Amino acid sequence: MTLNDELRAFVTESFMFGKPYKDFADDDSFIEHGIIDSTAVMELVAFLENRYRVKLLDQDLVPDNLDSVNGLARFVESRLPPNFTGARDASRIVLDRQ
Amino acid sequence: MCGIAGSFNLDGTPVGQVSLQGMLRMLSHRGPDDAGFYAENGVGLAHTRLSILDLAGGHQPMCNEDSSFWITFNGEIFNYLELKKDLLAKGHTFATRSDTEVILHLYEEKGEDCVQYLNGQWAFAIWDNQRRRLFLSRDRLGVRPLFYTQTGKTFLFGSEIKAIFANPAVSREIDFAGLDELFTYWCTIPPTTLFRNVHELPPGHSMTVDAGGIATRPYWDLQFNRSPEVVDPCHEEFYADQLLDLLADATKIRLRSDVPVGAYLSGGLDSTMTTALVKKVANAKLRTFSISFDNAEFDESGYQNEAVHFLNTEHQDLRCTKNQIAEAFPEVIWHTEKPVLRTAPAPLYLLSQLVRNSGFKVVVTGEGADEMLGGYDIFKETKIRRFWESQPHSKMRPLLLRRLYPYLRNIQEQPDAYRKAFFHINVDPKLQPFFSHIPRWQLTAKLKTFFSDEVLAELSDDGHGKVRSRLPICYASWDSFSQAQYLETKYLLPGYILSSQGDRMAMAHSVESRFPFLDHRVVEFACKLPVSLKMKVLNEKYLLKRCAKGLIPPSIANRHKQPYRAPEACSFFEPAARAYMDDLLSPEQISRDGIFDAPAVTMLVEKFRKGAAIGAKDNMGLVGIISTQLLIHHFINHFERRMAPHDA
Repeated sequence: MTLNDELRAFVTESFMFGKPYKDFADDDSFIEHGIIDSTAVMELVAFLENRYRVKLLDQDLVPDNLDSVNGLARFVESRLPPNFTGARDASRIVLDRQ
Repeated sequence: MCGIAGSFNLDGTPVGQVSLQGMLRMLSHRGPDDAGFYAENGVGLAHTRLSILDLAGGHQPMCNEDSSFWITFNGEIFNYLELKKDLLAKGHTFATRSDTEVILHLYEEKGEDCVQYLNGQWAFAIWDNQRRRLFLSRDRLGVRPLFYTQTGKTFLFGSEIKAIFANPAVSREIDFAGLDELFTYWCTIPPTTLFRNVHELPPGHSMTVDAGGIATRPYWDLQFNRSPEVVDPCHEEFYADQLLDLLADATKIRLRSDVPVGAYLSGGLDSTMTTALVKKVANAKLRTFSISFDNAEFDESGYQNEAVHFLNTEHQDLRCTKNQIAEAFPEVIWHTEKPVLRTAPAPLYLLSQLVRNSGFKVVVTGEGADEMLGGYDIFKETKIRRFWESQPHSKMRPLLLRRLYPYLRNIQEQPDAYRKAFFHINVDPKLQPFFSHIPRWQLTAKLKTFFSDEVLAELSDDGHGKVRSRLPICYASWDSFSQAQYLETKYLLPGYILSSQGDRMAMAHSVESRFPFLDHRVVEFACKLPVSLKMKVLNEKYLLKRCAKGLIPPSIANRHKQPYRAPEACSFFEPAARAYMDDLLSPEQISRDGIFDAPAVTMLVEKFRKGAAIGAKDNMGLVGIISTQLLIHHFINHFERRMAPHDA
């Protein structure tokens, strides 16, 4: 499972309850498609912090980072701790953390 | 306060008393003191009585002097003494001391316009024996319920839908349109109900039924001022005096009763004010009742105790637990007859039980003040959103939203960039008439994710066309604040506050609620008030707070508005819910009932079990799903079990 796959699965299960709309794409805006509401942002942040051990600062909480599967993946990859540098295979990162 | 029901065979076929008895049996909780029938000439009227006025002489159905008119009536006409005086002067003679008889004579005098003269809360049917015509009416704001259906040549009506379903000829099916409305507006939009072909008479409407058919007409609606006015501070006193006079009289006539009257005391401004007015008007020892919670997030007992000491009432408190909410919830839905998205009705169900067990049948409560005098956060939110909209790039203006919901953690912690999206600053021009309510409606509508494909295929998004088509002509000329008040008072007040949290929860235990803030004179006065007196900048219920000075504790007058809330979906993971949760929400049962998508429901429940469900959508979703499943359980799958409980 790639990082994108895992993030997509989280969003699909937690906010769309396993019922993604047709052609749900990794670049689709969560806000524009009504996928997340105000509390979902907090859920998303809690998931990223717990699952990937990344710390989100106030300035990180912007739609550029959190408003699509691809945006989330880019953000997580950019913030992974140094010991994961070079581990571009997201599936290994995810598995290492389990 | 009572239960009414009736049957009208348009072809003149006699109505059997057995079928009327079946209807009444479903309404026995509304009127345990007496029951009566009238059946003749193809019509049958039935009545279960909660005796409050003229305990000995108020038996119903009741007729006029020559038996040409018969009435079955649920409610109270608070100005009945004044009306009776006028009618006596016109030569009418009375056989009882009841308000029921006043309606009958007023109908003789004024015909269908009689409702214009009534100050009260009512649902009634009058049978005109000569014209073979039924006249039905419901009070202006929808305090008392009235439902009807037509099956073949038979017209049926009742205070509750279960009375109509007592007739086996009536089919019991969920109406997907009603479901769609409830999962958007939190209520159905009359005449739609949750059941196909069962209709609700809208508040402020009357109806006639005869061989020619059914005709419904409005007799009253809210009328706000066309333009905002600037108020000279000197005139504030004038408005405050007028409001206080009106409220005092509204309270005084609501104390007319032959049984003792108590009061609900939540610890908020509104119920403390009504309690203070009762004390002031009646000048007697008063019994008050309240709900408190272990969870500090919901509990208001500190303020309740302050009010009790200040007003010197004899007080009883119901300490409500999550387990009690879970335990009561199935019966709550039997009474609401529609799904709910909040558990808040359950503690009120338990409170009315306490009231009844304490020997009281009547309580005065504070509902209506938030709608009419500008208390709800949605009004404040509308003002802030409009303020922000005028300078959408402002960094400071959206920060006001953080002041709006101090009790909602997620709003406090929300990134600014998201506030703009979630509070819908850029509303689609076509949805501008609903500017105030779009964030709530769109958030709620997301719950439809849980609907099954079969239900979703039946729904269509018409841009709130039904609500739009019912807006008054002058609606567009009102300011945003008044438009928000209109939507809130027209739909959520009768469709949820006064029904699922109001009449149904109180009457489940034969308790009648009375609402001074919903006296139509108070409502009409409030509609004409300048907006700045309802909410001065962001100070809600400004004028009411002025009126309250000296009457209630200053700490209560000045506290931040806290809406009544109860522990939500977490209640369903308490032991008492085990008896029904697994059965109702099993994938097999969900699939059999067909309303929801079984895997989606399972995921939601799992999310709760993992402790990951923290948001409003998850909470409303689970409460909505459980209550819908309970509705199907009670009214579709197992209604016969409730039909004859004494025979089982």
